[in-house]
Amino acid sequence: FQAPAYHLILEGILILWIIRLLFSKTYKLQERSDLTLKEKEELIEEWQPEPLVPSVPKDHPALNYNVVSGPPTHIITVNGKECINFASFNFLGLLNNEKVKSAAQASLKKYGVGTCGPRGFYGTFDVHLELEERLAKFMRTEEAIIYSYGFATIASAIPAYSKRGDIVFVDEAACFAIQKGLQASRSNIKLFKHNDMADLERLLKEQETEDQKNPRKARVTRRFIVVEGLYMNTGDICPLPELIKLKYKYKVRIFLEESLSFGVLGEHGRGITEHFGINIDDIDLISANMENSLASIGGFCCGRSFIIDHQRLSGQGYCFSASLPPLLAAAAIEALNIMENNPDIFQTLRTKCERIHKALQGISGLKVVGESFSPALHLQLEESCGSRENDVKLLKRVVDYCMNSGIALTQARYLEKEEKCLPPPSIRVVITVEQTEQELDKAASLLKEAAQSVLN
Amino acid sequence: INHIVHNGGLYKRPFNEAFEETPMLVAVLTYVGYGVLTLFGYLRDFMRQWKIEKCQNATEREEQKDFVPLYQDFENFYNRNLYMRIRDSWNRPICSVPGAKVDMMERVSHDYNWTFTYTGRVIKDIINMGSYNYLGFAQKTGACQEAAAKVLAQYGAGVCSTRQEMGNLDKHEELEKLVARFLGVESAMAYGMGFATNSMNIPALVGKGCLILSDELNHASLVLGARLSGATIRIFKHNNMQSLEKLLKDAIVHGQPRTRRPWKKILILVEGIYSMEGSIVRLPEVIALKKKYKSYLYLDEAHSIGALGPSGRGVVEYFGLNPEDVDVMMGTFTKSFGAAGGYIGGKKELIDYLRTYSHSAAYATSMSPPVVEQIITSVKCIMGEDGTTVGEARVQQLAENTRYFRRRLKEMGFIIYGNEDSPVVPLMLYMPAKIGAFGREMLKRNIGVVVVGFPATPIIESRARFCLSAAHTKEMLDTALKEINEVGDLLQLKYSRRRLVPLLDRPFDETTYEETED
Repeated sequence: FQAPAYHLILEGILILWIIRLLFSKTYKLQERSDLTLKEKEELIEEWQPEPLVPSVPKDHPALNYNVVSGPPTHIITVNGKECINFASFNFLGLLNNEKVKSAAQASLKKYGVGTCGPRGFYGTFDVHLELEERLAKFMRTEEAIIYSYGFATIASAIPAYSKRGDIVFVDEAACFAIQKGLQASRSNIKLFKHNDMADLERLLKEQETEDQKNPRKARVTRRFIVVEGLYMNTGDICPLPELIKLKYKYKVRIFLEESLSFGVLGEHGRGITEHFGINIDDIDLISANMENSLASIGGFCCGRSFIIDHQRLSGQGYCFSASLPPLLAAAAIEALNIMENNPDIFQTLRTKCERIHKALQGISGLKVVGESFSPALHLQLEESCGSRENDVKLLKRVVDYCMNSGIALTQARYLEKEEKCLPPPSIRVVITVEQTEQELDKAASLLKEAAQSVLN
Repeated sequence: INHIVHNGGLYKRPFNEAFEETPMLVAVLTYVGYGVLTLFGYLRDFMRQWKIEKCQNATEREEQKDFVPLYQDFENFYNRNLYMRIRDSWNRPICSVPGAKVDMMERVSHDYNWTFTYTGRVIKDIINMGSYNYLGFAQKTGACQEAAAKVLAQYGAGVCSTRQEMGNLDKHEELEKLVARFLGVESAMAYGMGFATNSMNIPALVGKGCLILSDELNHASLVLGARLSGATIRIFKHNNMQSLEKLLKDAIVHGQPRTRRPWKKILILVEGIYSMEGSIVRLPEVIALKKKYKSYLYLDEAHSIGALGPSGRGVVEYFGLNPEDVDVMMGTFTKSFGAAGGYIGGKKELIDYLRTYSHSAAYATSMSPPVVEQIITSVKCIMGEDGTTVGEARVQQLAENTRYFRRRLKEMGFIIYGNEDSPVVPLMLYMPAKIGAFGREMLKRNIGVVVVGFPATPIIESRARFCLSAAHTKEMLDTALKEINEVGDLLQLKYSRRRLVPLLDRPFDETTYEETED
């Protein structure tokens, strides 16, 4: 048969084109060989990097640390001067407790100091398993998991569940560890105004309308709310009952960070869920560090096994890091024993907090920021004097005045360039169960004096 | 065949590193093994879905069943079907000091590793080849423990405050001065956790507009720190200096992608000893490159501090180099010092900057005093300042143990990766079934080993990893070697055919590098 002429011509052209393509040079997408060798060498010669670190001025406020000689207990020796400690987070006074120390000594005699390995490779000791069981029983959850560093606890927990593409609603005043966890997770972060449930609901509604546009994507996007029980940066409490309502209405999971409220709130010290009388299973994950009330080192997460067990393989700070030294775990267990056997210390702590909260009202020039039952308060300047640097210098003079008269205080320290919502400069006042009423009154009157002399 | 690297006289001693090629038959059988496991995995999932088999997983709450699922089914496929079968090789609980011999709590599983019960019996005196106890400082008696007990009685266990607030004890200052003296640098700073030292300080040193060149096999903490910093990350092939040089040249000549602005600074991230391969970084060449291209070097000596070098000062001393050439010397106290925590050493400006701007100094609790005391005592012991020669003897014992153990294993015919002098000895297993079998057989013979598979290693290169210690006596090593020989014959692990691939002849092609997105 005969093929039409245009058909043969077209095929002929195609074959010639293919032959041309086969024999032509291959190009890389980017032309990188424009420069000659000599030019490249000149560029390498000329390039000057920045210095590895910029120099820090000698009088930078964060550079000169206070040196504490001896244990940081109730009576503390700072820079050579003996003071009453109003700066260490030793809420239940367990840092110097003899029973805790002897439990740690016994563990030291049995296990030595370090564990020499991560949990997966012969770093799991029976003390760790015991501590996890005790914490789970104390908090009345199914399971608990221990980390060897308080900061790493929430910073490893959040990225284990929330990945790229998921959505996290977080309070503005969340602490730095939460911010680092969120950054590591690469999820979409939506900040809502501090403790403002209306703002959070607005964001949730916006997200709902987005979901209706793209239901397939919405079916696989996980959502989380991250809040703290008692906020470190503002001393406020979070409105948990309203959050639970929002949780079920918009189908969002809640992660609660209880570093400040564990061992402080609630009748038996179980934290904010006991304070509000909420069923603990309603909270998906509770994370806390053991460095405040339990006067040890490390942190833990507790919740249902369905959630906690996942961290044993995907929590970075758990799998790739050495486990907690057994003496610190033993100290934490003993501290838990004391908490369980003396439930009246929580009420004592609360009374003291309320006393000093009242006593600090009415200082001219300084305002108290924080709930009346929060053991970590902030004293901020009522009127800023223009720049943050000058505010910090002014507050330093107040702190120095108090330190010279025997009350150890400190300013709350932040990394100014790294924080998402930098809180204003403030003095941190910490109340512990060991402080007597005279000492509380003395601290309050001293602060009044200092404010008078420095700020007026 | 020894591959002695000369490279213009940069190396003062032979650098013997070898990675034997995987035999073809073994690779094929490994893939077949994984294929069979995957098929069975699908079958079991199918049966679980149709309720033919009981589902042992923990499940979501009834009230939350209509929430978006927390885990995707496929994410956990590996976990459910492969990891679960050999889960008893990991997380083994011990109840004594993690020294050369350890006591383990016996645990049994009646439902194929879904749950464990403790029988209450304790298996005593297992030879411990898994703990990172290089210099044998994991002890419950001795000078270190007594000093730590004294400090515990005086200071308590916790600190309850951050370094910048009220947590800077005189003990911490003492430790930092001592560490700086030990390393031979101007100044040092110590942190409570080794992982956190990397993930919190790299972001303080580099930021957007900087370039990080990181080794392929870097540890998760270095990768996390690099990601959190926001800098651009490019990866060079493991310990391959041509790859690194090409990346450096390209980076300086072409500048930042798209805008062509020059990079603010370039930071090279390497480790002293890589814990999964047992290889040692080619430090003389890295330093020569660093000086030529004006970049900065961050050396993570987690495993090499205390374990290498004639007096235990790490990989810098091992090669006879000047510690001032390394810009940031980082290390951990967990491995050779029997404590916990990490440190960074370098010039005074660097450490002053870190004291002000490190995330850990401002937000994380400082180190616990008894742990600090343990480090102080062990460092003094290694340096010989406690008046004995115990430290020196231990360093030498470790070096001897390393050479002996590696030589004997090679003679037996196993494939061993890594450098001749590294106390981390990976023994190749390859096949998934042998991972579980090796761990269990060695435990039956009272030897505790660490086995690693995917995802810590590439999928066909599963291995058993031995960590030698100065506390291991020759008898212990001989017992262990005898048992390893037996198990090796039983499981047919002696793959070596003495065909070593010379490192410098490995074909080197165009490097692909990944750039990070925000």
